[in-house]
Amino acid sequence: MKLLNCPMNGLRPLGEFIYGGEYREMPNPNNSSDLEWASYVHYRDNAPGVKKEWWFHSPSGTWFIAERNTLSDEVLNTYLFGKAPFPKNENLSDGKLGDEKNTELSA
Amino acid sequence: MAYQLLKFALGGEYKEPRFFRDCQTPKKSYDAIIIGGGGHGLAAAYYLAKDHGITNVAVLERGYIGGGNTGRNTAIVRSNYLTPDGVNFYDASVKLFQGLSTELDINLFYTNRGHFTLAHSESAMRTMRWRAEVNKHVGVKSEVVGTDEISKACPQLDISCSGKSPILGALYHEPGSIARHDAVAWGYARAADSMGVEIFQNTEVQSIDVKNDQVQGVQTNRGYIATGKVLSAVAGFTPRITKMVNLKTPIVIQPLQACVTEPMKPWLDTILVSGSLHVYVSQSSRGELVMGSALDPYEVHHTKSTFDFVEGLTSHIADMFPFLSNVKVVRQWAGMADVTPDFAPLMGITPIKGFYLDAGWGTWGFKATPISGKTMAHTLAHDKAHDLIHSFRLSRFDEYELTGEKGAASVGH
Ligand SMILES: Cc1cc2nc3c(=O)[nH]c(=O)nc-3n(C[C@H](O)[C@H](O)[C@H](O)COP(=O)(O)OP(=O)(O)OC[C@H]3O[C@@H](n4cnc5c(N)ncnc54)[C@H](O)[C@@H]3O)c2cc1C
Repeated sequence: MKLLNCPMNGLRPLGEFIYGGEYREMPNPNNSSDLEWASYVHYRDNAPGVKKEWWFHSPSGTWFIAERNTLSDEVLNTYLFGKAPFPKNENLSDGKLGDEKNTELSA
Repeated sequence: MAYQLLKFALGGEYKEPRFFRDCQTPKKSYDAIIIGGGGHGLAAAYYLAKDHGITNVAVLERGYIGGGNTGRNTAIVRSNYLTPDGVNFYDASVKLFQGLSTELDINLFYTNRGHFTLAHSESAMRTMRWRAEVNKHVGVKSEVVGTDEISKACPQLDISCSGKSPILGALYHEPGSIARHDAVAWGYARAADSMGVEIFQNTEVQSIDVKNDQVQGVQTNRGYIATGKVLSAVAGFTPRITKMVNLKTPIVIQPLQACVTEPMKPWLDTILVSGSLHVYVSQSSRGELVMGSALDPYEVHHTKSTFDFVEGLTSHIADMFPFLSNVKVVRQWAGMADVTPDFAPLMGITPIKGFYLDAGWGTWGFKATPISGKTMAHTLAHDKAHDLIHSFRLSRFDEYELTGEKGAASVGH
């Protein structure tokens, strides 16, 4: 069984969690153009790599951030939003982490 | 005939004719390059040559043809979608499929089975009625049926689903079919090759050369190849390719799994789908039950299978068919599905001149193989999206004009 570390409740079975998608910086809704807003709502860089993501621990109602490699499915860190160093996106999602060949072998 | 056979037997050399040439060294340039030798890429190559006379084309495939989602799907073909644009598009594909074995001179084992989407709640029944009305309006055979008709088509099905989620009715779609998916890739490959298209296996596109917003060529493990037109038909690899040209899309990659049982005598004639139980099942011509379920719950770019999947799926199958509880699952696998937020594909031109997308096929793209190939070939040849794929354009997200197919595509395939 896969486990995920909830910052409030510790290691819990993955089945207790809901994936909330990649974390993205929200533009100011008052002065962003329709196109900027559409791009925030819809578009993302979904190439494999280490991503910051929203996750939800359902039994305790906790939303938090996980840094996860979407190629190897390894979680590097989990923390409450705003409670840990929150480096800029560029440093994290260079899309090159992990060994691409692994995906071939497991096919 | 007998003489031919004797000669062949005594000849001592039993070389099978190749389906397509074993291309190793690409030319310096092509009129068009297709990334991805799945059904979609190969079909686009075939229609480029056949419908538009464009034969100076290379298909580049990082592995072997059909080794992506084309060879991993549960092979269901149907057109009972929810939006009129979707129904029209998939209906055109079903019609192409019906004549495809003859056209490509290969037995695709295309078998018309009929397709039931089971409803276990009043709200599911409402969606079935909605789909039936849209389908009929567009001229596609679909109707809402009661449990009597379901039992008649499949007496083995426990209508109460072991008392847990009784079936109230279904959407019956007469044209629903299954086909042999690898043969679709091979058939298109052979036909395209015979018209001059070159197919390169073990050939990976590593970067795309774009200058002044116009495609110039691609870098591969077999060197640089110049071209003004690149079609990306790579399904689960789409975000890696769009990153090469700095294009953002709403596509998210999630694994989709399937499995087969040991072979049995034929007993299941139709295709059965249950959105509520997350199950679709049909019996292959070899006698195996081919079964699939919903997407894995979050983004991962790999093709690992999980025990959770078989455990969940088989418990629902056992609710529907208690007598199957001792049947063994013999194989399971996964593919990377390129999912869009509205469950409609992403096709056509892009802001980069000469870069065309055929993507967003998620869990539903096998049935679209012929029509996507045909409409993408048209789009490349005319540098303008074919009318049938207007609703699937990338810019629909800028315009908030989504093509909501979730009610017809999320589990149904
Ligand atoms: C388990 C499962 C069940 C499904 N069931 C159904 C179903 O019942 N009905 C239905 O209609 N659809 C179904 N689908 C969806 C369907 O399989 C796909 O949408 C469809 O096959 C996509 O075809 P394709 O040719 O676009 O992609 P693929 O067949 O995946 O081909 C893409 C190819 O691109 C190659 N490639 C990737 N990157 C590169 C690169 N950089 N350079 C060169 N080549 C590259 C890959 O190796 C691959 O061969 C299912 C999918 C899965 C995974």
